[in-house]
Amino acid sequence: MSVMSIISVRNLSKNFRVSKKEPGLIGTFNHFFSRNTRTIRAVDDISFDIQHGEIVGFIGPNGAGKTTTLKMLCGLIHPSKGLVNVASYIPYQRTSSFLKQITLVMGQKQQLIWDLPPMDSLRVNASVYGLSDTEAKNRIKELSEMLDLGEELYRPVRKLSLGERMKAELMASLLHRPSILFLDEPTLGLDFNAQVRVREFLKSYNKKFQATVLLTSHYMGDINFLCDRTIIIDKGKLFFDGSLKELTSKLSPFRSVRLELTKPYTSEYFSQYGELVEFNPYYVELLIPKTSLTERLSLLLDNLPIKDLEITDPPIENLIAKMFTSNKDVL
Amino acid sequence: MIVRKLRFINIINIINQFWGTSIACEMEYPINLYIESISVIGNLAGSILILKLLFGEGQELGGWDWARSLIVLGFYTLLEGFTISLLQPNMKRIVNQIQDGTFDFVLLKPIDSQFILSLRIFSPWGIPSVICGVSLIIFGLSMINWSLSLLLISYTIILFLCSLIILYSIWFIVSTFSIWFIRVWNANEVLRSVLVSGRYPISSYPPVLRTILTFVLPVAFLTTFPAEAILGQISYKILILAVIFSVLSFFASRIFWKFALRFYTSASS
Repeated sequence: MSVMSIISVRNLSKNFRVSKKEPGLIGTFNHFFSRNTRTIRAVDDISFDIQHGEIVGFIGPNGAGKTTTLKMLCGLIHPSKGLVNVASYIPYQRTSSFLKQITLVMGQKQQLIWDLPPMDSLRVNASVYGLSDTEAKNRIKELSEMLDLGEELYRPVRKLSLGERMKAELMASLLHRPSILFLDEPTLGLDFNAQVRVREFLKSYNKKFQATVLLTSHYMGDINFLCDRTIIIDKGKLFFDGSLKELTSKLSPFRSVRLELTKPYTSEYFSQYGELVEFNPYYVELLIPKTSLTERLSLLLDNLPIKDLEITDPPIENLIAKMFTSNKDVL
Repeated sequence: MIVRKLRFINIINIINQFWGTSIACEMEYPINLYIESISVIGNLAGSILILKLLFGEGQELGGWDWARSLIVLGFYTLLEGFTISLLQPNMKRIVNQIQDGTFDFVLLKPIDSQFILSLRIFSPWGIPSVICGVSLIIFGLSMINWSLSLLLISYTIILFLCSLIILYSIWFIVSTFSIWFIRVWNANEVLRSVLVSGRYPISSYPPVLRTILTFVLPVAFLTTFPAEAILGQISYKILILAVIFSVLSFFASRIFWKFALRFYTSASS
């Protein structure tokens, strides 16, 4: 374990016993009297370290074990095997000094009191975390400015939009100013603007309080914007730990080159340069191997009347989706 | 010492927030408020009517006359008030929260989870029962020309507190089972029906049932013993027994809770 890391996970595994039920009345009857249980391994021997102040993206398809891992990190469930250390605490002991340092935000569950304005929930949390009135007031003011919430704090939660509710939820989760944030799909279901708002807020919270953030999301926009480092798991196993850039170059040895031409050309002409993705007489998109990118580009520039040229990495979503469905030996 | 004081103030502040918000939640739905009020009044009227039917003037039930039985009913009603205000809503909430996964938020708070789960909600609907219970006790006492004795009152308060703690502990243990079985609300209903037997003096039941209701399901501790205490009919042995029993049951509920939490798997996202 490195001395600096604030989160350290070693050979972590979690097994769950699940029961299987056949559909229909007979299935229900059988299920009631003899449960068919089997053990599934939700998290399988994963290890990683996270340094103080890092924002790490945690991605993988549904059921990959992301949430289970997060829950072990914040001490909600006991690991079946392996070691977890968060800020020098053993999470599942849930000491009060540990719990004051962390928070868990779940995009699908809320702690706000449904029938009352968020302000009431905030005051409950302030008392639970032992904040003085002035302290609580200052923090509420600070967070509401960062999140751009005003009179919404005085409206019943059930009357708020999904985006407003998520922002209020973040306030309730961050009132005690935790230094370690576990965020489980915090932007789930939000429209684009609200997503961007939440992202920007998380970045500024991280900067302002040097907080460490571990974030799961299905929106690559979140990960791209926030995380310098990404951990990918699938079926409980860790597949990748590094920057998205690194991942892209590993997953795809190609770059995508888009050309706009002043004169029309035929598609055959381009096959010598790379794999044709999109074509019309004035517009071409090609995948060119990175190794020969420079020489082929200079050839293209010499031989063609090019009006505009754009070189990008293929979209990361596509690459990751491809990785989960095809073989993962690429990593 | 200062630290302790602060902590006590903190606890008061937390309970203040908990109960303030739960009462505010009830107030959000005014129509429901009227319906609940009507149901509380109807319930009480029913209780007294049943007792009135059981007793004619001068008749006795297990050695208890009408006035003294009213005192037992008074303690039962008082206890029911606490049940409606605190036990029932909080225990129901435990089961619901475990089912929908919001229980995670409770476990992540830096204060004791049993404390939050037991005192999170205060429902004002028990207050009429508490008022009626106390009135019934006073009314019963006035019928038998009871003379004020501070000693008897303090015995009674101690015994009643013990009965509250015992009832709470049993209820909490039953709710704890939802960690494994998720839905145990029906078990709570069974428990509630057993407690109804505390409406009548314990000696009015046949001997076998009496033993069960004293030692297996401690219904006798809940209503008959406090009533005996205020009537000066109780020995200090029962008092000590009640204190020991309540302390033991409270610690049993705590130990069982800590044990059960190890098995909590959290609802999936």
